[in-house]
Amino acid sequence: MGEYIYSWEELSKYISDSLDNARRILPKRIYDDLESKLREVVEDKGLSPEEAREIIDSVVKDYEYSMIEPGEPVGTVAAQSIGEPGTQMTLRTFHYAGMREFNVTLGLPRFIEIVDARREPSTPVMYIYLDDEHKHSEAEAKKVARSIEFTRVINVTSEIDIDLVNMRIVLRLDPVMLEDKGVTVEQVKKVLEKLKLGRVEAEPSDPLVLYVYIEPGETFSLIDLQKKKEKILNAKIKGLKKIRRVILQSTISPDGTTEYFLVTEGSNLKDIFEVPGIDPRRVYTNDIHEVEEVLGIEAARIALIREMKNVLEEQGLDVDIRHIMLVADMMTWTGKVRQIGRHGVSGEKYSPLARAAFEMTTQNLFEAAIHGEEDRLLGITETVIAGGVIRMGTGMVEVSMNPAALVKPREVSEGEK
Amino acid sequence: MPKQRKFNILEHELVPKHEVLPPEEAARILKELGVTPQQLPWLRVTDPVARAIGAKPGDIVRIYRKSPTSGETIAYRYVVGY
Repeated sequence: MGEYIYSWEELSKYISDSLDNARRILPKRIYDDLESKLREVVEDKGLSPEEAREIIDSVVKDYEYSMIEPGEPVGTVAAQSIGEPGTQMTLRTFHYAGMREFNVTLGLPRFIEIVDARREPSTPVMYIYLDDEHKHSEAEAKKVARSIEFTRVINVTSEIDIDLVNMRIVLRLDPVMLEDKGVTVEQVKKVLEKLKLGRVEAEPSDPLVLYVYIEPGETFSLIDLQKKKEKILNAKIKGLKKIRRVILQSTISPDGTTEYFLVTEGSNLKDIFEVPGIDPRRVYTNDIHEVEEVLGIEAARIALIREMKNVLEEQGLDVDIRHIMLVADMMTWTGKVRQIGRHGVSGEKYSPLARAAFEMTTQNLFEAAIHGEEDRLLGITETVIAGGVIRMGTGMVEVSMNPAALVKPREVSEGEK
Repeated sequence: MPKQRKFNILEHELVPKHEVLPPEEAARILKELGVTPQQLPWLRVTDPVARAIGAKPGDIVRIYRKSPTSGETIAYRYVVGY
């Protein structure tokens, strides 16, 4: 046993080669952990260079031991590790207990949605965090919430009529809804004027009643009037498209302050970045395709992992993150999110036999025949069909012979003659 | 309210750091991994991040992913032209 050393700086000089080796092999986080633990021990109790070296080497050895071995069927293991807990997932959609009741698809339906890479989730949800100015005050947060909630004239109207005598459309606004959505009568009037259907006037005796005078055109028809009525009702007052409802929620941050954030029904990632008052760096949506389109494939990969992990965790299922990461890696391999299934990972397999074994056997075989495809029997499925040894585990290893090496000794013996 | 400047997607928390490798380094990496570029995962030129960093088809992009199991890992993607 060597001398005990009580200073990390001094010790690290003696064991620098071991440390360098560990740094090269270990992932950053494990190395950092190792170094900080060693430092702690050295400064507290002291270590000899031999001991330190032994610790580092055994960490490296353990790390290498825990690595996947060549030939390990990781995909199959991942499929089973997700599939078995998946049988315990709820088959129905769940409610989400927020400040107000708010439906979010969870459990098996949501998981299927993710791996099928559906265009739009059945319940798109966006989480919007606010900037420093807005996140601590409820009133400020509400202001932002109102500015993004998609509001049309229909949302604030309680009654609409066509007055044929005076050739006008009569709108009665709902004071409660106006208050709730934060819209003024003036704003509605402006929106109506922008439609350019005709003069807009308020009823002098009742400020909540608006008249839109329709200019009689060359041809007049009731259908035409109905169309104009629809147009008025669907006119946008404010907000972002697709954001149907905004809910204000709050969390208490570690430093004791309340932070408000918004949860929306409906998702519109592209436009939300330009809204003042939000923190664009932290906006999150559960619509994977939208993430891919706006933030790129790597962001989509992270979103996929996060979504799958959330669903499994919410159901109380403990699946190792590496299985999920593998699935996400496969789904984003080609630079686009593709589903696990007929139109994605399984459907794009190189081997026609493997594709035929998966789904639509005859159709796949016909197509392969038409295109003159070739199957080299390299994958698992094809090999099993052909009755061979699969190229996995010990089947990966093959004995090969070098004919040149056989020729050599004979030449020598001939030379001796 | 003043109009906000256009948001740079590279600053978003979901987007890991991407960098285009110089050709010599790309060749070295390919040799080290023992793969052809097509065997790497792909990154399309039309990808918003690829456009933001100015990657061209044929480039190799290095990605510093945050990993829940090992802190930070490095991944590569091959930029393809469609």
